[in-house]
Amino acid sequence: MHEMSLVHGVLDILEDSARKQGFARVKTVWLEIGALAGVDPEAIRFCFDAVTRDTLADGAELDIIPVPGQAWCMQCCQAVTIAARTQPCPRCGGYRLQVTGGEEMRVRELQVEPI
Amino acid sequence: MCTVCGCGTGEEAVHSHDGHAAPGYRPVAGGALHFGLGPAGAHVGGMSQDRLVQVERDILGKNNGYAERNRKLLAGHDVLALNLVSSPGSGKTTLLTHTIERMRDELPIAVIEGDQQTSFDADRIRATGAPAIQINTGKGCHLDAHMVGHALEQLPPLDHGLLLIENVGNLVCPAAFDLGEAHKVAILSVTEGEDKPLKYPDMFHAASLMLLNKIDLLPHVRFDVEQCIEYARRVNPAIEVILLSAQSGEGMEAWLDWIRRERQARAVRQRALRHVSGHSRTGDQAA
Repeated sequence: MHEMSLVHGVLDILEDSARKQGFARVKTVWLEIGALAGVDPEAIRFCFDAVTRDTLADGAELDIIPVPGQAWCMQCCQAVTIAARTQPCPRCGGYRLQVTGGEEMRVRELQVEPI
Repeated sequence: MCTVCGCGTGEEAVHSHDGHAAPGYRPVAGGALHFGLGPAGAHVGGMSQDRLVQVERDILGKNNGYAERNRKLLAGHDVLALNLVSSPGSGKTTLLTHTIERMRDELPIAVIEGDQQTSFDADRIRATGAPAIQINTGKGCHLDAHMVGHALEQLPPLDHGLLLIENVGNLVCPAAFDLGEAHKVAILSVTEGEDKPLKYPDMFHAASLMLLNKIDLLPHVRFDVEQCIEYARRVNPAIEVILLSAQSGEGMEAWLDWIRRERQARAVRQRALRHVSGHSRTGDQAA
């Protein structure tokens, strides 16, 4: 359940941003989660509600933006999209894939209320 | 282009700012409605007056910052750090004690042990004479770079040595956390089933080396070695594989050679880096 640690990381980012940018409450959090980031968006959602209780983001809406998995197929010399690490290249069926994107977990944007 | 990871073609998912909008105006004196008094100081159709703050920050950024600090510290002392990951019961601690016994005359070795509870593993390591720090994660399912940074403060100096970090037995969560190690090494024992690399792909993707342990038990279990390696290479075409048994000693020399090779490769890289930075300093002075 490392989603719990990750959501604590999100809360750290929110609190740090609140100090630097001067806001009191967070109403919406847009989170980018890559298909290959190794986290379950539903678990993130569950932890988010638990972790943000009685914080500046209590009751905030969490909007998870999925980012597709990207890989370079060494066989096809082509960029391809994959939904999971265990998937073969959708073009040639091979597994000579170098993951190039979709591993990110990032707080992209916040909707906030001022102090 | 994204300023964090440099990606240029990420799909822009559309998110709506509607639906949870506070009224975008406030009554002011004289019965007028002012649309520019919200936090944003402006009004855009369809947007609430709450401010939108661009953050673009990596959730693991804090951990990765600590990991970089650990990595620099370890490089400064010429220490090769390996992060050993596996499910519980794969034989990590036995592998470590046997590794220490075979290598301790060659170089200084220290161990950081991660478990939810008890110091059993650190006690087993200390019995070999090597210094060991036990980290109990309590409810935690993985080590993070911050914990390892504190453990490093407790360890005696380890110049030109080997640091073995035994992560919490868990094939899922430790995959995501960089501790500052040179490599993750995944240990899989033949009693676990050859399909583990496909069941836990993130871990085998993150590892540079897979140690197939307990091969002395192969005659007694159904485990397809070739299939297992093929599965591991599906999720990580570059993964190296060594078959061994920490208990019987078979294959141990190949593992020790891998460590020696990594140490040499590291030393060559460090020298090259010093060479390059020496040149750039000369260049600075000339300019």
